[in-house]
Amino acid sequence: MLQIVFWFHAGVAIAAAVLCITRRSPVASALWLVVTLFATAVMYVLLDAHFIAAIQVLVYSGAIMVLFLFVIMLLNLGDEVATDMKGWFGRGVGLALAVFVGIEVWVVTRALPVDQIRLPAGELDRMTADQGAVRVVAEPLYTDYLIPFELTAVLLVAAIVGSVVLAKRKV
Amino acid sequence: MLLGPALGVSAILFSIGVLGVLIRRSAIIIFMCVELMFNAVNLTFVALAQQLGPDGQVFVFFVMTVAAAEAAVGFAIIIAIYRHKETLDMQDLNLLRG
Repeated sequence: MLQIVFWFHAGVAIAAAVLCITRRSPVASALWLVVTLFATAVMYVLLDAHFIAAIQVLVYSGAIMVLFLFVIMLLNLGDEVATDMKGWFGRGVGLALAVFVGIEVWVVTRALPVDQIRLPAGELDRMTADQGAVRVVAEPLYTDYLIPFELTAVLLVAAIVGSVVLAKRKV
Repeated sequence: MLLGPALGVSAILFSIGVLGVLIRRSAIIIFMCVELMFNAVNLTFVALAQQLGPDGQVFVFFVMTVAAAEAAVGFAIIIAIYRHKETLDMQDLNLLRG
């Protein structure tokens, strides 16, 4: 059952990703990307990452995609007529490189983690049941990864200031 | 046991993102393909976190934060470029070509 749900959503994600990069209208592309993100959120749930799945839907499919659609509509790109795909040569090179990257990543993923560092089967599921889905992520975030977490705050402030300065009409 | 399938799916999604960056010329679509690649990487992190402990999920959290910051700055740049050039076609943006 788990396998069926997983493969169904994997198929949806891949099909929507292909449609996302081939649609002519940027709005259609953005909406297909939302479908991919939702299907990935389902896969996160199947991989015992419930909190991450919720964040994916809220932040990615919600906030970031709204930003995409907002910019597309602000710049009025919705009704582009001519295709913006590169010529056959560019497409051929792109396809060859993408296949190459795919094979490369596939081969790298064959090297599965050794048993010594692996958790016992179903351990993460048990931790989630014991501690709750949020605590599993929050506890390392606020203890082991406290400094990266604070640095993220600095990064976000820099990004806010930077984007306001860049997008302002007159600096 | 979904580790293998999840890693395979994430490899395919990442390559689709690479393909999109390489064949499209619109800056916005290229941006979306970058998000697609972020997404594939996050899937890898989550799949391995199931086997190796929840630290991988913490990294996904960081990746999402950085992706959000990157999206905001990237769109500011795109808007600034559009105001200057009236186009988002990467073929026409060759200021640094020399």
